[in-house]
Amino acid sequence: MSSLTHHAPRSGRRGSLLPWLAAPALVFFIGFAVIPLVGVFALGFTTWDGIGAIHPSGFDSWRAVLTDPGLPHALLVTFGVMVASWAFQTPMSILLGTFMAGRQRYRAVLGVIYFIPLLLSSAAIAVAYKALLNPTFGLGAGLGVDWLSKDWLGQPGLAFGVVIFIVSWQFIPFHSLIYQGGVQQIPASLYEAAQLDGAGRVRQFFSITLPALKYTIITSSTLMVVGSLTFFDLIYVLTEGGPGDATRVLALDMYKRGFQANLMGPASVIATILVLVGLGLALLLRRLGGKDAAASQLEGA
Amino acid sequence: MEKSLSRRTLLGMAAGVPLSAALAACGSSGPTKGGGAGGKASYWYLSGQPQEGVRTGALEAFNKANPKSKINGTTFQNDAYKTKIKTAIGAGQAPTLIWGWGGGTLRSYVKAGQVEDLSSWFDEHQEVRKRLFPSSFGPATIDGKVYAMPCETVQPIVLYYNKKVFDDVGVKPPQSWGDIMDLVPKFKAKDVAPFALGGQSRWTNMMWLEFLFDRIGGPEVFAAIFDGHKNAWSDPAAIDALTKVQELVKAGGFIKGFSSITADSNADQALLYTGKAAMMLHGSWSYGIQKHDGGDFVQDGNLGFMNFPPVDGGKGDPGNTVGNPGQYLSISSKASAEEKKIAKEYFIKGVLQEAEVKAWIKNGSVPLLLGTEKQLAASDDAEFLKFTYDIASKAKTFGQSWDQALSPTAAETLLDNIVKLFQLSISPKKFASNLNAVIGK
Repeated sequence: MSSLTHHAPRSGRRGSLLPWLAAPALVFFIGFAVIPLVGVFALGFTTWDGIGAIHPSGFDSWRAVLTDPGLPHALLVTFGVMVASWAFQTPMSILLGTFMAGRQRYRAVLGVIYFIPLLLSSAAIAVAYKALLNPTFGLGAGLGVDWLSKDWLGQPGLAFGVVIFIVSWQFIPFHSLIYQGGVQQIPASLYEAAQLDGAGRVRQFFSITLPALKYTIITSSTLMVVGSLTFFDLIYVLTEGGPGDATRVLALDMYKRGFQANLMGPASVIATILVLVGLGLALLLRRLGGKDAAASQLEGA
Repeated sequence: MEKSLSRRTLLGMAAGVPLSAALAACGSSGPTKGGGAGGKASYWYLSGQPQEGVRTGALEAFNKANPKSKINGTTFQNDAYKTKIKTAIGAGQAPTLIWGWGGGTLRSYVKAGQVEDLSSWFDEHQEVRKRLFPSSFGPATIDGKVYAMPCETVQPIVLYYNKKVFDDVGVKPPQSWGDIMDLVPKFKAKDVAPFALGGQSRWTNMMWLEFLFDRIGGPEVFAAIFDGHKNAWSDPAAIDALTKVQELVKAGGFIKGFSSITADSNADQALLYTGKAAMMLHGSWSYGIQKHDGGDFVQDGNLGFMNFPPVDGGKGDPGNTVGNPGQYLSISSKASAEEKKIAKEYFIKGVLQEAEVKAWIKNGSVPLLLGTEKQLAASDDAEFLKFTYDIASKAKTFGQSWDQALSPTAAETLLDNIVKLFQLSISPKKFASNLNAVIGK
């Protein structure tokens, strides 16, 4: 890749054309991300029921949201989902990704099978799991397995665990794929050298694979963490934020306020908070990557 | 890019980034024909058999008879529709005919000037008005003006029970609240859930409160809430009703896992006709669903039904009922003159015509049309239909479902807290204070 760009002639003509190539993406980004963001921010300072006229109302909506005990709870649930799904998905994805990076044929076949959950829509996954987990008509009752016929989605703790499990089941294949690519880029010479020095498989994994995957981990974690802020469809279909408000994440709270309670002002405030939290986290993760983020991870190769 | 910041634009913006997921989840691929477009009129209604078939049949019959003034129909699933229609109306994309439940939601449309005032039209067309149950016009009337045409059926909430399960356990249907509490351990001992409940749908739990409030304190208790009296939820009768519901939950009165069962999938009703639960409080429409889905259950006479029993020492009339006095069709004020004309024609020539009335009766519903007693008596479901007709026509008070009667904002808080009440995560007092905060909003 890099060698191609080095050899390309850098004529003035080409330089003036390049910005235009970015224009379509820029137009889309402004039209579908920046303008709506400004709109949501502005709506946060209004009172609107979604049907009638929009009335400016200053900080009323902000005050209503920030003093509502539902907000800290929704934040807690959101961060809970984020941390738990990250902590579960990352080790699993790294292991699976490393496994799939092997060149053996059976691993390639398994890799394709692992990939299947990613092809299903979240809503379909939620509907299927909901039916399977039904304590009266579901998998447990059908097979006569007692421990499976728990009230999975009806107990706050269990419902939270089920959400984490299904989210992980759906997204681990995606992150495994990222790690697979990362592992395959590690030069084989490193492993050969380690083998000559007498390092075993476990030692190779912790001393070569894991450190070399540092930036892949950051990329994958950013996707997981920021992505978990917007979990909506799966939880909406699966539990509707319930039981009670045990799985009501911020995105769901926003939807409920906006479209079910007709409070577009407070819903926009939550949307703004979501955007700010997301940006903050993305920034934080970049910082965590260290200042030498541009440095080569193939040093010593 | 945008000429002015219209509401549609703003909504589009609001829906843009994070809310787009929300919209996608409720099926954003709506029909392309909006309210503003000329030509044929449009009509959105609820999916789900067997009701969907009757609605579609009535619409098709009208279109066939009036090829020049066709109406395009689109169906939506119940809970998705409630969100979708609001969004569409707010964005000025409402269908010509807006199907709904009247009450608080209709009031919010009226306040925003989104639906036609039909008062003068009904004055000119007395013959249309006189065909229907007078009580059905209650939820269609906002501040003395009529904004909707009642249609379809009258739907009181009924206490259903599985006669076979009652026989197996050797008990009789409850005649009082005390009987209900006594029955709970007897069914549990036989491994049958006393009551089926689709608790995730929330309004299913609400029906319990509607009856208990009425039986304990009479219709005045909710009337005070509806009229916006301060602290009306803290009425001693209300606290008593809330406490009683929690006692039933604590006693294990409802099926295990009720908080994760939805009524939209009819899973709660399946519990009753498969004999996994003994009783169920549900709308009269459930009779048709159980007949449709339950195999021979209804035909073999295994389904019992009764009005909610009285509570000992309660003030309410045991003949009172709650539910939907009717369904309603409003006309979008954003529709073109031609579309409005077609819609009004539909009120005269399309709503509750002979074939539709027959179809409703056939699947076990009572149309809100006067003078159908003979047809009801001649049907296969004569017993249930007569029961429904009598309840609806003889009830001193036919309370409208709370979530429909209240404003959407108050209704959402109500439904939210009802779930927590049934989860036992808030006390009756906390429930009352949470709801007192949204009275009149």
